[in-house]
Amino acid sequence: MIHRALMLALLALPALAQERRSGFEDMAPQTQAMQRDDTSNPGMLWALEGEDLFRQPAGPAGQSCASCHAEGSMQGVAARYPAWDTARQAPIDLAGRIAQCRTDRQGAPPLARESQGLLALSAHVGQQSRGLPIAPPADPRLDAARVQGAALYAERRGQLDLSCAQCHDDHPGRRLAGSIIPQAHPTGYPLYRLEWQALGSLQRRLRGCMTGVRAEPFAYGAPEYIAIELFLMSRAAGLAVETPAVRP
Amino acid sequence: MARVLINVPRTAARGEVITIRTLIQHLMETGYRPDANGVVAPRDIIRRFTCRYDGEVVFQAELSPAIAANPFLSFTTVATRSGVVEMSWEGDNGFAQTETRDLTVT
Ligand code: HEC
Ligand code: HEC
Repeated sequence: MIHRALMLALLALPALAQERRSGFEDMAPQTQAMQRDDTSNPGMLWALEGEDLFRQPAGPAGQSCASCHAEGSMQGVAARYPAWDTARQAPIDLAGRIAQCRTDRQGAPPLARESQGLLALSAHVGQQSRGLPIAPPADPRLDAARVQGAALYAERRGQLDLSCAQCHDDHPGRRLAGSIIPQAHPTGYPLYRLEWQALGSLQRRLRGCMTGVRAEPFAYGAPEYIAIELFLMSRAAGLAVETPAVRP
Repeated sequence: MARVLINVPRTAARGEVITIRTLIQHLMETGYRPDANGVVAPRDIIRRFTCRYDGEVVFQAELSPAIAANPFLSFTTVATRSGVVEMSWEGDNGFAQTETRDLTVT
């Protein structure tokens, strides 16, 4: 009850109009330095593995990703995902597109969500958009999912009965135990999280936020995550891609 | 072979203090973590790192289970003569890897 009263009191505060800032800005200088330097950013281990995988032949025709995608053709791609997938008539995220290309076009065995291979390829493709502004496509077919994402973001969930907005819009910059609450911009995924000691996707991050409020997370690859990502990317439009980023 | 990121300057002035940084992909399984079935995963860590400069050991570290995955090491040495900087990692389950970089001292 006390919690609820406190929450209501906090909600009554006028939301501060604030500058949009990447979670990078909220990190300790040491962690920022780790991300900035490619020889100390552990995410680069995955990006380099992805670069190798990109050139490795797989599937019956012995084609590699590079057989169809010229050097440099992946530049800017990550900045405009999720996009519309005409084959499935649904929005698709970058990892989903890579996995789809691998099975449907390359004819290679599928790469599961959060597998080392898919994370590595996503990091390699994502890295080629580093520094470019996030530029969500204006495609009206994505609108419905984006609206759904906004609703999921505003919806209270879990035993703690909190919405994403209550933390990330109402209290960014404040602390939740030891962590600073960031504005939740998906600028650096997949990224190396020190807590995971590994590279992980945005969906893994979102699952963390959901279990944090004791809500049942969606399954990996669920359309709800893609809807949330669409909304988060439109909210982060113009911020620079940081893949592979580092976060605490 | 584990993937590594290494930062050794290519050239340095004689007497200059140079910084060497290494990052290696390794799980650093502590030996204390139970999996989903309660079975403790056996320890699998890098135990020792050695850096030789022109054959001479200039830095050595013993790693323990408390060290995070993908260990990052940063240390300095003095550039004395042109030679090979050799970095080697050894660990459980026969883990062994060596990387070399040439350093030219002017
Ligand atoms: C047989 C040829 C072929 C292979 C092999 C292939 N792709 Fe593709 N890929 C395509 C085609 C065709 C498209 C669709 C291009 C379009 O719609 O503009 C595409 C689209 C993509 C896109 C989306 C690009 C965009 O601009 O939206 C990504 C990312 C991608 N592929 C990654 C990969 C990766 C990673 C691999 C290897 C695992 C791979 N592809 C293997 C043919 C291929
Ligand atoms: C109880 C507060 C809270 C709620 C509710 C919450 N988050 Fe978070 N979120 C956090 C904190 C704290 C972090 C940073 C964790 C850290 O640094 O260790 C974070 C991190 C993130 C990040 C990573 C940002 C970056 O820089 O990489 C994203 C994206 C995110 N949250 C999205 C969401 C979404 C979407 C929801 C709703 C489904 C949500 N969060 C719900 C507290 C919350």
